[in-house]
Amino acid sequence: MKLSYYPGCSLKATAKEYDMSAQDACQALGIELVELKDWVCCGATSAHSTNHLLSVALPSRNVALAQEAGMDLAIPCSACYSRVKKADYVLRNNDDMRQEIEKIVDFKYNGSSNVVSLLEVVSQLDIKAIKEKVQKPLKGLKVVCFYGCLLVRPPQITRFDNTENPMSMDKIVQALGAETIQWSYKTDCCGANLGLTSTNVVQGMVKRLIDAAKEVEAMAIVTACPLCQSNLEMRREERGTDLPTFYFTELIGLALDLPATKKWFNLHLVNPNPLLQSLSLAD
Amino acid sequence: MSFIDADKRKFFNEVKEKSGQPIELCYQCQKCASGCIATGFADYYPNEIIRLVQLGQKERVLSSSSIWICSSCETCGVRCPNGINTAEVMDTLKEMAIAAGMVKEKNINLFHNTFLNSVRSYGRVYEMGMMVTYKIKSGDMFSDIPVGMEMFRKGKMPVLPHRIKAIGKIKDIFNNTTR
Repeated sequence: MKLSYYPGCSLKATAKEYDMSAQDACQALGIELVELKDWVCCGATSAHSTNHLLSVALPSRNVALAQEAGMDLAIPCSACYSRVKKADYVLRNNDDMRQEIEKIVDFKYNGSSNVVSLLEVVSQLDIKAIKEKVQKPLKGLKVVCFYGCLLVRPPQITRFDNTENPMSMDKIVQALGAETIQWSYKTDCCGANLGLTSTNVVQGMVKRLIDAAKEVEAMAIVTACPLCQSNLEMRREERGTDLPTFYFTELIGLALDLPATKKWFNLHLVNPNPLLQSLSLAD
Repeated sequence: MSFIDADKRKFFNEVKEKSGQPIELCYQCQKCASGCIATGFADYYPNEIIRLVQLGQKERVLSSSSIWICSSCETCGVRCPNGINTAEVMDTLKEMAIAAGMVKEKNINLFHNTFLNSVRSYGRVYEMGMMVTYKIKSGDMFSDIPVGMEMFRKGKMPVLPHRIKAIGKIKDIFNNTTR
């Protein structure tokens, strides 16, 4: 399978380990990712909070580039995915807006390239085939999967997994040999971009999630979003080595025994090595 | 909805039209508020915001914190029995608050402007520059220095921005969407 790949700004900076692990994990799973040439920022929360037209036009530029590249567009970051997917939805379903956006972005939309989240891509692989590739089963690792807001909402646009109780990430992580614990906070919000401006709000939201994960005796949290990952590690009360937060692609890399895993884990703010060493999953 | 006061009618109609949401259908079941993780930090529940819009209360709505503290997680909209996407309404209200000069949460709006200026200049966000600019302008300079330094040491804060090749196209997009 060959796909265009849109990393987004975070994956080139604060979420570098997500970019590296996504590329390595996909290669190992037989998914070829080709980075979208000259991609632009999706505008994120800042565009949709202040200028609706800009919030559709900016990500539409990426839709145009993906169309030119001639492949479906896979996006690892939930926030970028949400913005580009919503722009594609508008282009597909709203004639007036499409005409206006085509003029602003200077392209002709043909709808040939689908926008998909990287989690969706991996979850649609044959689970048995993933299992067969596992070299180092994640035995003893008990985790909660945290999908966050934007992968599954709004369902009429994302059309992916169950809105209230998604299981796609759980199934992947289970195939890697880990145990996933069910909890009621799978699709709650981490506070997203409020981390910098309203730290107390995000600290409150993160505390709820950390407390809930501890209550069900999870050893780690698994996410598919750089905002969730950094808020969960950066905005918690005490930053020790308890309850690290992994990207699902990092766990794939770990279970498939890919050589770069150590490098990814060293980039975390909450060091996951003591946990992995205690389970003999790292040296 | 019918109103005696023309200004109230105008406000309601404007929010309804810009957000594209059937605001008049809200019957205050409070399902949105029950699932809202931001209520502990906001001044109105989401259903209160919708009610105030139904009643044409422009000033109270546009100068509220809630519209800015909403993180657009969209839980409310998914659960609304009347199909109101409240996050879309919140976005419309933020845009209207900016136009009316009634922004309550000035730092959040400052963050958005700083972020978008970075995108306008480079085509992508230059995180380090954006954060430093925001910190200086907001006056909240010291709160994140230790964690910022840690990120920097780990190589997660590139020192130089990456400018995309087609920056002219991005400038056009900004110019043609700013009214």
